[in-house]
Amino acid sequence: MELRGIGIGRGLALGPVLRMPEPLPEPADVPSTLGADAEKERATAALASTAALIRLRGERAGGTAKDVLDAQSFMAEDPTLSEDVTARIESGKTAERAVFEAFASFRDLLSGMGGYMGERAVDLDDVSQRVVANLEGVAVPGVPDPDYPFVLFARDLAPADTALLNLDKIIALVTSDGGPTSHTAILAREKSIVAIVGAPDALTVDDGTVVIVDAAAGLVTIDPDEEALAATRARIAERAAEVAVPVGPGALADGTAVPLLANLGSAKGAAEAVELGAEGVGLFRTEFLFLDATTAPTVAEQQKHYTRLLEAFPGRKVVVRALDAGADKPLNFLNAATEENPALGLRGLRALRANEQILRDQLTALAAADAATEADVWVMAPMVSTVEETRYFTRIAREVGLKTVGVMVEVPSSALLADRILAEADFASIGTNDLTQYTLAADRLLGSVAAFQDPWHPAVLRLVGEVGRAGQTLGKPVGICGEAAADPLLAVVLVGLGATSLSMSPAALAGVRAELLRYTLAQAQEFAELALAANSADEARAAVFAASNAPQLHQ
Amino acid sequence: MMQGVLVAEQTIRIASAHGLHARPASIFTQAAGAAGIPVHLAKGARSVNAASILGVISLGIDHDDEVTVSAEGENAQQVVDELVALLSTDFDEK
Repeated sequence: MELRGIGIGRGLALGPVLRMPEPLPEPADVPSTLGADAEKERATAALASTAALIRLRGERAGGTAKDVLDAQSFMAEDPTLSEDVTARIESGKTAERAVFEAFASFRDLLSGMGGYMGERAVDLDDVSQRVVANLEGVAVPGVPDPDYPFVLFARDLAPADTALLNLDKIIALVTSDGGPTSHTAILAREKSIVAIVGAPDALTVDDGTVVIVDAAAGLVTIDPDEEALAATRARIAERAAEVAVPVGPGALADGTAVPLLANLGSAKGAAEAVELGAEGVGLFRTEFLFLDATTAPTVAEQQKHYTRLLEAFPGRKVVVRALDAGADKPLNFLNAATEENPALGLRGLRALRANEQILRDQLTALAAADAATEADVWVMAPMVSTVEETRYFTRIAREVGLKTVGVMVEVPSSALLADRILAEADFASIGTNDLTQYTLAADRLLGSVAAFQDPWHPAVLRLVGEVGRAGQTLGKPVGICGEAAADPLLAVVLVGLGATSLSMSPAALAGVRAELLRYTLAQAQEFAELALAANSADEARAAVFAASNAPQLHQ
Repeated sequence: MMQGVLVAEQTIRIASAHGLHARPASIFTQAAGAAGIPVHLAKGARSVNAASILGVISLGIDHDDEVTVSAEGENAQQVVDELVALLSTDFDEK
């Protein structure tokens, strides 16, 4: 039997399955038969022993996991929570139900606050599950932690799950839900874990079953025969033995240069990116400076951060994206009104334009940091949808003294008019995640439509091709900075469509660098034609995969 | 009155640039919990147990907000002084 899903990267692995347990069902809201005093005693004991257990796990885990777990243990023994539980028990509820409701009410409170606090809501859910499991005398749902390597099967992984995963033991990840931009997929790319996401029947596979996970083919083989196992072991050994491609500039087999850049969210990751061979930064997200803040940081504060980043890349290109707020990352002081459809609302450049001083301050800080360092600073606007917006942004950026000014192409209208947009801007950078969301009209954050979020879709690729062609005609660079650039085979297709540089999580650089070296520009263009001619994302992937395997892997 | 000063309170403005969220809140509540006497933190009309991370977070305290720390019991003044000193620190600068 086989399962099909979306492969992340090109890895290959085999091992026994362990499933992520399903969350416990909500405790029934029935009147207590034990009486309030007995229920209170049970709740107090369960909260205390859960807190102690979590603290113990934290001590064993150490590092950042310890901080997360310590915070969780404080939540379990929180006096306000315990008062709330007591009040609910006194109104006649069971300890299970009272604990569940009390945690849920704090969870809602935190979610409502958004940002960092909103993310802590997941931690509260986890603690709640542990306490309820303790009260019910059932196994704690959570991350499997055996002492042997395994293939983790899950619905999808939440950030709180991945913080606790012992990645050394996980040889592959398979999820039934989630697409190529899900948290699981991003984690897999960052940590170079073999992964297949969105494989519908994944949760029907029993624990202990041996599977082969082939990310390049997007295929999970369940209970393979001896022959297949032997062949897979041989292929894994072969790949390990292949001399790793030395760190160096990105290029195709015929020497065509394809600069490989890093996506960074703060100055902290810069040193690691350089070590992994990043030739610069293709997307520097500036949101971190603004998150959790009630007012925009000052020009001086921003300048300090930008300077710290730019100092890590003397003589190299660093593409900084102006603040991209709204939709999945709202900011209090920019996105005031609640919108029905935030992805289609006042976000990106639209929000900055409505708050022009914030935009001007950011660009001024960046220009000052540029002047103080040796880096080659490029700046781009997020969510540009018209030629007029392009003119607006390039005018302001040039006014404050920035030299290379471009736009992100994330909206189909910008891709379709790329020839006119690139006549105004110095470069374009394609954000494939949003471009896919808008092309297929499928909310990136909505699990039920995650299957649409596949950048291999020929409609998305055709739009990328429009931008690539406009770039070539006008002699303007066209970069890719979405998750698509981190998929090695898709990266080759994107170059075939006219992308001149690729930017990705630093951990993905090695895989993409190795893949690019296998093909010439003519082959990349041939792959692009195959993908464009397909009817669906799956067909496109399959056609290019077949073509890529034809001469190469039979060496 | 000589030994009778068992209640103390003080009002201050929050120094941390990002308010009393996450790490600063956790440092503060641990210190309040270690005091050994009841300590309350109030913002506007709402007052919570200062040793409760969920309670403190639920106040949604931002930079420059005015809050009142109060304690009742042995060494109340000393406890309030220490906690006020913590709140006057800009945790985010470290």
